[in-house]
Amino acid sequence: MHRKTLIELRDGLQRGDFSSVELTEHFLHRIDTRDRELNAFITVTGELALAAAREADRRRAAGQAGPLTGLPIAHKDIFCTDGVRTSCASRMLDNFIAPYDATVVERFKTAGAVMLGKTNMDEFAMGSSNETSFYGPVRNPWDRERVPGGSSGGSAAAVAARLAPAATGTDTGGSIRQPAALCGVTGLKPTYGRVSRWGMIAFASSLDQGGPIAQSAADCALLLGAMAGFDERDSTSMDHPVDDYLAALERPLDGLRIGLARPFFGEGLDTGVERRVREALAVYEGLGATLVDIDLPHVHLSVPAYYVVAPAECSSNLSRYDGVRFGYRCQDPQDLLDLYTRSRGEAFGEEVKRRIMVGTYALSAGYYDAYYLKAQKVRRLIRDDFLRAFEQVDVLMGPTTPTPAFRLGEKAADPIGMYLSDIYTIAVNLAGLPALSIPAGQVDGLPVGLQIIGNHWDEARLLNVAHRFQQETDWHRAIPADYA
Amino acid sequence: MEWETVIGLEIHAQLATRSKIFSGAPTAYGAEPNTQACAIDLGLPGVLPVLNAEAVRMAVKFGLAIEAELGRRSVFARKNYFYPDLPKGYQISQYELPIVGLGHVDIELPDGQTKRIGVTRAHLEEDAGKSLHEDFAGMTGIDLNRAGTPLLEIVSEPDLRSPQEAVAYMRKIHALVRYLGICDGNMQEGSFRCDANVSVRPRGSHEFGTRTEIKNLNSFRFVEQAIAYEVERQIEVLESGGAVVQETRLFDAERGRTRAMRSKEEANDYRYFPDPDLLPVVLDDALIESVRATLPELPDAKRRRFMDQYGLGREEAGLLTASRETADYFEAVAEHCGDARLAANWVIVELTGALNRAGLDITASPVDAARLGGLLARIRDNTISGKIAKGVFEKMWQSGEDADTIIEREGLRQISDEGAIETMIDEVLANNPAQVAQFKAGKEKVLGFFVGQVMKLSRGKANPAQVNQILRRKLAE
Repeated sequence: MHRKTLIELRDGLQRGDFSSVELTEHFLHRIDTRDRELNAFITVTGELALAAAREADRRRAAGQAGPLTGLPIAHKDIFCTDGVRTSCASRMLDNFIAPYDATVVERFKTAGAVMLGKTNMDEFAMGSSNETSFYGPVRNPWDRERVPGGSSGGSAAAVAARLAPAATGTDTGGSIRQPAALCGVTGLKPTYGRVSRWGMIAFASSLDQGGPIAQSAADCALLLGAMAGFDERDSTSMDHPVDDYLAALERPLDGLRIGLARPFFGEGLDTGVERRVREALAVYEGLGATLVDIDLPHVHLSVPAYYVVAPAECSSNLSRYDGVRFGYRCQDPQDLLDLYTRSRGEAFGEEVKRRIMVGTYALSAGYYDAYYLKAQKVRRLIRDDFLRAFEQVDVLMGPTTPTPAFRLGEKAADPIGMYLSDIYTIAVNLAGLPALSIPAGQVDGLPVGLQIIGNHWDEARLLNVAHRFQQETDWHRAIPADYA
Repeated sequence: MEWETVIGLEIHAQLATRSKIFSGAPTAYGAEPNTQACAIDLGLPGVLPVLNAEAVRMAVKFGLAIEAELGRRSVFARKNYFYPDLPKGYQISQYELPIVGLGHVDIELPDGQTKRIGVTRAHLEEDAGKSLHEDFAGMTGIDLNRAGTPLLEIVSEPDLRSPQEAVAYMRKIHALVRYLGICDGNMQEGSFRCDANVSVRPRGSHEFGTRTEIKNLNSFRFVEQAIAYEVERQIEVLESGGAVVQETRLFDAERGRTRAMRSKEEANDYRYFPDPDLLPVVLDDALIESVRATLPELPDAKRRRFMDQYGLGREEAGLLTASRETADYFEAVAEHCGDARLAANWVIVELTGALNRAGLDITASPVDAARLGGLLARIRDNTISGKIAKGVFEKMWQSGEDADTIIEREGLRQISDEGAIETMIDEVLANNPAQVAQFKAGKEKVLGFFVGQVMKLSRGKANPAQVNQILRRKLAE
């Protein structure tokens, strides 16, 4: 059963090939036996999952099943779940149980999906290798000595190893697309405002966006349909119509204009990765698409702009973790300052502290104009670059990451090197655009991701373009040998 | 040297919305600690603020009332600092782009002159919770009921030149927000409070002196006392060759003094930046016009109308329009009894006196406007005299009965029967021949004596005008 895509599992449930309880038990068993070596899950909710599966089967028997009824999924441990711990992979929230569901969780629950558990991630989503988690690193199912990427590394690894057919993720600078690429799965970061952020623990509010990680574009279309839509509890979610993503999948690509973003094919790009991406582009040409070189003159400023805006927002967003009302509190605080400094000092990891300090500095009096304000201006320029590009082309394509998965520990002591692993993904967040990563082959047995970027609200087109590729290729069906 | 005082006030008015500014939790005062704080007010992970549209309308209402430039696009910003009763570690406020820009109000000076005071801006923000330092054995309790309560911070220009002007301005804003129905104005509960920025400079100088900020003044009296003390203190410091330190000070009401709290030099860097969880607030014409349509008659306009329509003096009209409730009460009484002059006197003198003695607000008056109007109608139709009416009013205050019930039961109806009055007058004249002789000898003052005797005989009920008239006739016979 675990070799089937979400769509195939949906069809199997509808045909009665298996029940939701059987399906759920199968994946729980896989998690139970295989996750010790991967560490993709922080919390497994077996009993709740089986109860939800039984309810799903009952609903199906009563003729009340919807498209997601009975399908198991995993949630990144950044989405609050009513009554189930939400840790954000931090010691700070190791004891935190939210009294509410995130909108994304609630929508899946309402649609009848079955939550298997909460997946591992970089602490507070800050990281590109899943090595900053308080619960230890996640390993890449393709090579357990390598990282799965981050921050949604647990979700990507769980789907790659087929411990869950699909999972949710969040993407602030590439946190869905980069691990999807390194783990050989399909991950979509929607337009900013497409998916509600209510109950999704904030890292950088103006960049964070939830989205699906799954085996195929079609699976992502099914999931996005459930996740997307206006939510009055999130002022930044937009009241924009939700397309029928599944219906749009099959459209032909004749005449599709693909832009090749020049900055994404420059120095630092692994030659093997570039070769796979060029081969993928050739597949598109075969489908009737034309390739156009596109200049994005300000995109090279993405990484510095991002590493001002994201830490600035994070420094403020993480102020609420003060040891006063919930979460970690140090032993025997002597006074208020001691309570603050030791609670935060003991519970936050190094990367989180680094970003809080960078962000605090960037917002400080006398530096605000030079850093934060300047970065916001750069952000507008980058956005304008993309909008100009979409006057000429329908989508932009390039590699998702400069290299395949790197070794655990390889970049842990080199924050700048780590930040550069998101060099192709960050600009998309700064511009608020939708983008996805699909498997486009391998280099030395490690997956390579092709990134496809669309204009605002163009998720249906992105999924359609990705789906047509997946009808021509079967990279997305590849499963690491140990987990087949 | 002669010194000039320069004062600017920052007034915090708690907006009278039912729910909080960014959450659906109720704002009622006095609930058990932490029973009116939801996940958003507690700053739990993952929650998001959603702006209360009513708070926006209230701010716009205030802006229209002070003829301000409205911020067509205002932005919420985060003011970052750590404090245990500030759940998120930042306060959502407005910084560079407030919802209300430059406006003004007019205050009246003691010499009757009017002075225009600039209002620099007014912006929306959320209140913090409360730290409770007692009752927890060395620990601090946190009550987050108040966290997220909407505030309108109203910042004046440094246009105020004396503690009295400051109080007049604060009273003016207080009356305004209550007229507008956007703040209950309850100063004991902290719904209306202010910080005062105070400095002095040599008279004639155009530069400002170094200022101090006196925090959290929650009564008009404290504002006056605190500023007066602070002005004296600063002058003393300067005249003894010292320099005023820019700092935040607290007013100690028991001692009538201000004392340093913290100096600005070591003050927080609040690291303001636009809140990415909230969109800019855009005010379109339709919204502004729909709010304008709900504007009530404002104090200044009402005062002018009372002068024109009822022929009241400036001072009387000012007293009657000090609050919307008083003005409404007066107009109801005037309508009921048909005599605005009489109604004004009674509301200002008798009613206000009784309310002050009982420590009651006019909305809690035991004698409502209809009843007082009913009493005054009996003066007008000569059923009772003004003097009797005062006694009836006291009984109404005690019992809550209406005037007619008391007048009938106690037989207070004025005697207007000419025959009955004549009989009494005859008796008085017969009993006082000496005084009759005096009157006839030209000593007209004796008339008052006769009136008094007749009134006494009638136990105050004889119609004084009639008594006068008949007496003159009889004595002329």
